[in-house]
Amino acid sequence: MTMIFGIPVQAFLGQLLVGLINGSFYAMLSLGLAVIFGMLKIINFAHGAQYMFGAFVGFLLLQWLHIGYWPALILAPLVVGVVGMAIERTMLSRLYSLDPLYGLLFTFGLALVIEGVFSYYYGVSGQPYAAPQALAGGTNLGFMFLPNYRGWVVFSSLVICIGTWLAIEKTRLGAYLRAATENPKLVQAFGVNVPVLLTLTYGLGSALAGLAGILAAPVYQVSPLMGSDLIIVVFAVVVVGGMGSILGAIVTGYVLGLAEGLTKVFYPEASNIVIFVIMAVVLLIRPAGLFGRDA
Amino acid sequence: MSEPLLSVRGLNAWYGEGHALHGVDLDVFPGETVTLLGRNGVGKTTTLRAIMGLIRKRTGTATFDGRDLMRMPLHHVARAGIGFVPEERGIFSTLSVEENLNLPPVVAPGGMTPDEIFELFPNLKARRNSQGTKLSGGEQQMLAMARMLRTGVRMLLLDEPTEGLAPVIVQRIGEVLAELKARGMTILLVEQNFRFARRIADRFYLMEHGKITAGFPVAELDERMALLHDVLGV
Amino acid sequence: MAELSARPTEAKSTARLEWLLVALGIVALLAAPFFFYPIFLMKIMCFALFACAFNLLLGYTGLLSFGHAAFFGGAAYFCAHTVKVWGVTPEVGILIGTAGAAVLGLVMGFFAIRRQGIYFAMITLALAQMFFFFCVQAPFTNGEDGIQNVPRGFLFGLLDLGRPLNIYYTVLGIFLIGVFAIWRIVNSPFGMVLRSIRENESRATSLGYSVANYKLAAFVMSAALAGLAGATKAIVFQFATLTDVTWQMSGEVILMTLLGGIGTMVGPMVGAGLVVTLQNTLATSGFPVTIATGAIFMICVLLFRRGIVGEIYAKLPGIKK
Repeated sequence: MTMIFGIPVQAFLGQLLVGLINGSFYAMLSLGLAVIFGMLKIINFAHGAQYMFGAFVGFLLLQWLHIGYWPALILAPLVVGVVGMAIERTMLSRLYSLDPLYGLLFTFGLALVIEGVFSYYYGVSGQPYAAPQALAGGTNLGFMFLPNYRGWVVFSSLVICIGTWLAIEKTRLGAYLRAATENPKLVQAFGVNVPVLLTLTYGLGSALAGLAGILAAPVYQVSPLMGSDLIIVVFAVVVVGGMGSILGAIVTGYVLGLAEGLTKVFYPEASNIVIFVIMAVVLLIRPAGLFGRDA
Repeated sequence: MSEPLLSVRGLNAWYGEGHALHGVDLDVFPGETVTLLGRNGVGKTTTLRAIMGLIRKRTGTATFDGRDLMRMPLHHVARAGIGFVPEERGIFSTLSVEENLNLPPVVAPGGMTPDEIFELFPNLKARRNSQGTKLSGGEQQMLAMARMLRTGVRMLLLDEPTEGLAPVIVQRIGEVLAELKARGMTILLVEQNFRFARRIADRFYLMEHGKITAGFPVAELDERMALLHDVLGV
Repeated sequence: MAELSARPTEAKSTARLEWLLVALGIVALLAAPFFFYPIFLMKIMCFALFACAFNLLLGYTGLLSFGHAAFFGGAAYFCAHTVKVWGVTPEVGILIGTAGAAVLGLVMGFFAIRRQGIYFAMITLALAQMFFFFCVQAPFTNGEDGIQNVPRGFLFGLLDLGRPLNIYYTVLGIFLIGVFAIWRIVNSPFGMVLRSIRENESRATSLGYSVANYKLAAFVMSAALAGLAGATKAIVFQFATLTDVTWQMSGEVILMTLLGGIGTMVGPMVGAGLVVTLQNTLATSGFPVTIATGAIFMICVLLFRRGIVGEIYAKLPGIKK
């Protein structure tokens, strides 16, 4: 049995994979947060709850309507996105002229309500959600055994992150988004309906969270509390990466996930706080964040 | 005399608590280039922004092409046919030159094509993939004007286009504006540099303390020099 | 958050009215244990002090901390442990708890101050979560079980806190001392600088104040007073658990302050009273508390930002806070 750093290679790579999976979710969620923050200047505390909501939509689609994973992959983010847009239109948009801390507090309340509703009906323990047949089992890569669904998670998260980045950086709609982030009034004076753009952005961010949720369902089980502890870690990721850059948010997510996985190998007791420790260190040496453009 | 394209009566506007415009009246006829002259702080920029709808605390009337501007949501004003080039130019740093150029949506037929624009502004063509804010001040001003040309707007509101620019660039801007005028564009121009403005303007309005205090055609400019020296301190 | 509190203006007659109300309030609190359950009143006082301490940071300095549970719960743990395991008298335990919270505040504040606004809030949340994980694993906290059966002990070795009236008046005394301390801080020159930082930080800097130091000092004071509340609570309820260091607890104190009135002295107390009463009522009804808490948050932010006391002050002219 080959060893690396004093432990079996299989175990090492296994933990690294777990880290990469966690990192995939960190990346997707901090991407969503960064997109929403960039346009709306609001920290969406409800992001974790929307992630959980997406997972539950998938679960309920299966339970009530016998709709499986693949359609759920489209439907869950759609539902979460539409609900998000409704919330933005009716309530969130009223907060734009206020101090951004109010947006944080409002979405905090929203998160509590969403979580409260699901906790009420489903308790706090997790519901199982099976991976689709096509992705069941695993593949032997020689140096390690890769569960197929896990591989799928990493693959799709990369596609989603890079796809979103491309859409924002390379398309016309993305240009509207970037310009409106910089100077919303001027973009509106050009004839672009910026309020609608804001609604769509919140919808997109929420949908991203929901999509992450349905991807997560077979990995982490579906539980009303799955989002809340996660969102705090994602906040730390976002402080480390800075929210000025979409790419920065994505890269930081993966890197910190891997860092967490590595810590689990060598110093397991610290694995759930290592990201916070990294955040503290970054605050000392580069307060604006690794990719931060904002102060 | 034809109907004015833009007609403003009794325009009052507030910046927060400050009462900035005290009843502005002006007209701009189709194809005209009208210049708003005045010292710093009299309300020239405020007038443009109030017409555009960027300032919402306003009273009075403003009609464009027969349509009531005061009730229009901000994003409809461009679609009605008015383009705005702000004092700070508003070039987006997160967009390339080409993206900046293509950003404002086309609101009416009759605008120039990107190729035509690049012919008029060859230096922008050369820098089309650079980051928008990497351009010099003069080039950014060109870009700010150029991007409105694609949109098909009938009227341009220009806020101090020559401010802070070298004489040779100012010359170029004057040429561009003359070209636009030749193509039928109606222009309301805010300027402190009346020597620049006289080359293209048809009429002038003089502004003091948030009101229009005088209006005269370019032909009368020389007779009014004393007044201008008084009011503008030049 | 400059729009958070109304500007204070003075009027002699209303100042006298205020003192009268304060005196009436104290008399009411002195008489209260004969009409209401002392435990319920003490719970309100502990949380009221917690909320007032939090408000020192939010309402008067303009800093939103999302991790104040670390100080409240941390002090509870320190106090509970020293009283139960080391056998110190309750006032020593409370002092240790308060001091511990102050140290924790110094460390957390040092990092959080490096960023402003929204980032500050997120950092405090993350650091408090780190402390939570520490509490889950540290041996002295007993993990999921918490520290139970903390003895009430004898105050100064003399007064038996096992008797309801004794502990009630002790807690009342601590509460009044804490609130008085906050009132003094807020109305001192130091407090004026804090307010100027809240209004316009860059102007305060340009006036020559080392804003970071003031913020850190305010943070430590707020943490210490929150710790005072938490340590007292540990003695009253005789346990310290993980619940006290969760982010949900941090959220609760924010809600109390928001609901009662950010930037007012009395607001957080009113908010604490309301939230504790609400929780007690809901606990028996079966309606989920989180949904109620979240809904109140949303409604307050949308419609009711000044809070109950803030709204009242806005309707009355010339109130000094």
